[in-house]
Amino acid sequence: MKRKKIRPSHLFLALVLALMYLPILLLVIYSFNESKISSVWGGFSLKWYQQLLADEKMFEALANSILLGISSSVCAAIIGTLGAFGMSKVQSRANTAVEYLATLPIMIPEIILAMVFLAFFSLLGLPFGMTTLILGHTAFCIPYIFMLVKARLVGMDPSLTEAAKDLGASEVRVFFDITLPLITPAIASGMVLSFAMSFDDVLISLFVTGVNVNTLPILVYTQIKTGVTPEINALCTLMLAATLLLVLVSAWLGREKQHSIETKGE
Amino acid sequence: MNTRKKKQGYWLTLLPLYLFTIVFVGAPLVYVVVLSFLQRAETWGVTGQFTLQNYRQIFQPVYLQTFVDSLKLAFLSTALITLIGYPFGYFMAKLSPKGKKRMTLALMIPFWTNSLIRLYGWIIIFRANGPLDQLLIALRIVDQPLKLLYTYPAVVVGMVYALLQFMIFAVYSSAEKMDWSLVEAARDLGASPITAFFTVTLKQTLPGLLSGIILTFIPSMGLFFIADILGGNKVVLVGSLIQDQLVKAHNTPFAAALAVVLMLMTTLLIALYRKIAGGKELEGLV
Amino acid sequence: MSEPILQLKQVQKTFADTNVLNGIDLSIAQGEFITLLGASGCGKTTTLRIIAGLEQPDSGRVLLGGNDVTDLPPEKRNVNTVFQNYALFPHMTVSENIAYGLKLKKKSKAEIRQTVQEMLSLVQLEGYQDRRPSELSGGQKQRLAIARALAVKPQILLLDEPLGALDLQLRRQMQFELKRLQKQLGITFIYITHDQEEALNMSDRIAVMRQGRFEQIGTPNEVYDSPKTDYVARFVGEANILRGTVCKVGDPLLLQTDAGICAVACSGCGLKQGDTACIAVRSEQVQFSPYREGEQGLRATITEKNFAGGMLRILLTFADGQTVVASRHGIDLPAQVGEEMLVHWQPEHAILVQQSEEADR
Repeated sequence: MKRKKIRPSHLFLALVLALMYLPILLLVIYSFNESKISSVWGGFSLKWYQQLLADEKMFEALANSILLGISSSVCAAIIGTLGAFGMSKVQSRANTAVEYLATLPIMIPEIILAMVFLAFFSLLGLPFGMTTLILGHTAFCIPYIFMLVKARLVGMDPSLTEAAKDLGASEVRVFFDITLPLITPAIASGMVLSFAMSFDDVLISLFVTGVNVNTLPILVYTQIKTGVTPEINALCTLMLAATLLLVLVSAWLGREKQHSIETKGE
Repeated sequence: MNTRKKKQGYWLTLLPLYLFTIVFVGAPLVYVVVLSFLQRAETWGVTGQFTLQNYRQIFQPVYLQTFVDSLKLAFLSTALITLIGYPFGYFMAKLSPKGKKRMTLALMIPFWTNSLIRLYGWIIIFRANGPLDQLLIALRIVDQPLKLLYTYPAVVVGMVYALLQFMIFAVYSSAEKMDWSLVEAARDLGASPITAFFTVTLKQTLPGLLSGIILTFIPSMGLFFIADILGGNKVVLVGSLIQDQLVKAHNTPFAAALAVVLMLMTTLLIALYRKIAGGKELEGLV
Repeated sequence: MSEPILQLKQVQKTFADTNVLNGIDLSIAQGEFITLLGASGCGKTTTLRIIAGLEQPDSGRVLLGGNDVTDLPPEKRNVNTVFQNYALFPHMTVSENIAYGLKLKKKSKAEIRQTVQEMLSLVQLEGYQDRRPSELSGGQKQRLAIARALAVKPQILLLDEPLGALDLQLRRQMQFELKRLQKQLGITFIYITHDQEEALNMSDRIAVMRQGRFEQIGTPNEVYDSPKTDYVARFVGEANILRGTVCKVGDPLLLQTDAGICAVACSGCGLKQGDTACIAVRSEQVQFSPYREGEQGLRATITEKNFAGGMLRILLTFADGQTVVASRHGIDLPAQVGEEMLVHWQPEHAILVQQSEEADR
């Protein structure tokens, strides 16, 4: 009888993965801790969740974060998809420059972007709040959509659009009948990724938000900095659950994408 | 005439991206560069006067030290990340297709979890008399709490933890595309596993490795809130300096100059990568 | 003769300073099966794409049924293409693929349904209508691509190496099926291939292309039996090419080559003493016998024997290093490698050909 060999490489993978999950798991465990002092285990309790659910400020921040995530990923999806499509059709030197600029927000340290937005929005005299948040987040969501859609367009067989034209489709019909359905998985995963990035962002939000507009990460950040109540543990656990859901959605989308690549033909 | 009309239609689809990028990325960057050459007004704001004072200020020992510290931390974190992330990505690429899928999913959960939440987990661990201290005392490795929170090692751990996945995904995407038959060919021609690794594998995964290094090095210079949360105020980085100058000292021109220098360093790194990798895009970014 | 369905007039196309098409003329009759045959890079695909409207010629005109369509985009031409890699829409089912062109033509639902059914039975894909292209085999994909193009009832069907991705057996079977379809529907087919066997089996006419020009246009018999140039002789069937100087006029005339003197049929070929000439001899018409002093023929040594595709191929090398290939049915040959032979052929089997312009890149 041959037993499956455990390779050292698998051990290494498992160890690193365990270390990655350790802080997250601890957080979840401590969110059910009765004791207020987080280093002492005082028994199982849901009281921090109850406290959290009674917290209006938290719900407001949550609503803001969701609104922000959806608006900026939708804006980015429209701008990024159209842009990637246009660039695949028109060759121009300006494209290279604009592509460089458009993807810059995820290349440079976030603090630079945050500072740049703060300075520029004050110059324009824009009222800091949801508008400036959406503008800022859209800027760093566009690269994700743009790059994913561009890769998908590059990988697409050009004879598919030619075949549609050959069968009598106008340029506009080709886009809606052929191109758009084929790049939809890329747009969708780009949007999920954008939403996650927007939902995660602290720095840029911190700089461009107004006095009374909190997002969830801003709330967590200020709470961590000012004094920790175990309520955060509960909040973090809930956010973790939301992330889990997002990851699963995106994995499911990824499966769709793989399917359509397989069907591309030999 | 027909084709020109078609082209015009495509230009129309480019318009939103062009407009948004130029107005909300290009113009703000130019504005900050301009700001960095202006003189600071007595209160919040600037005068229209041209000056090099802001750049000169960077070379004052206090601020220069911040740059040096930031670079040191970035180098240290990147080195550690490479040491852990490269073998991880490489071994991951050797898993079965099913294993790869599961591992990707397993990595995505912490990757997409809010970075603050993940860092907060480390606060719990590092806190005086927290789980780590209790464990070490119970194992009789130490007899007093280490009080790791708000120390340099805690910041390094936070950095490594926050950025490790970028390296893993970059190396993985490059190792995944690798033609393993080349390694077999090298072995067939008499190379030892180690020689084969250094002559074939490393070369083929180099774009991923380089891209991973850039994707961790660049943000690590700007992620000041990690240092903020896990290091208290003991570790001051360029990022926190920019924030302080902007928010507390209201010295916008100086903050702008700091940002411009940081951005130049970043651009230089990316350009260097493009040159080495032959003009290719960063790997494993999305 | 009725008006040709398609005419190309002085069509010229350049890509990045390379002349891909050097002003070609072509005229195709209704219901014809014509094959553009040539090696890769000869310009045959570009020709097809210009006919389809997927490419614009730099100069020259394309006439479809007498109307100038040069400036019309592909969607406005009643010409359809079967793409080399099929280009089936992966997000549509088999019947949606077939119906796509009909929907764009705003046909009624009932009419679409009926045409799709007709097409499915025409290409024998009944029962597959709800599958995705990814769930079809190579041959089925091929048939679907043809059905989709035929559904919109084109005047001309363009086929770009449609059998290239199939294995040999399936390819032979599809050759018959395509020919059957074409006869049954009476639609003009313009077919592209680099496979001379395919071209000879299926076509009414073959146009051999080389370096953006037609070397010869003719029926399979004409192209095979009387190649105009040495390139055509070598590309269609396997021919040995010999060059020499006319040393005695008459019929047959005698040609002095580097390997010796040989006889060539010449009825009114107009060659004079001292002219240079080029001949092509099919390998199956090359004969040889053991060398004997004083007999007619070219002296050569057997340097190689191999068996391929049901034929025995014998390589014979002359004293100057030139070689000819002879082929025989069967696997056995009394002569051995290294033996001296006399190579000869019937004068009428030596075909006088022009030398292709040596503009080789």
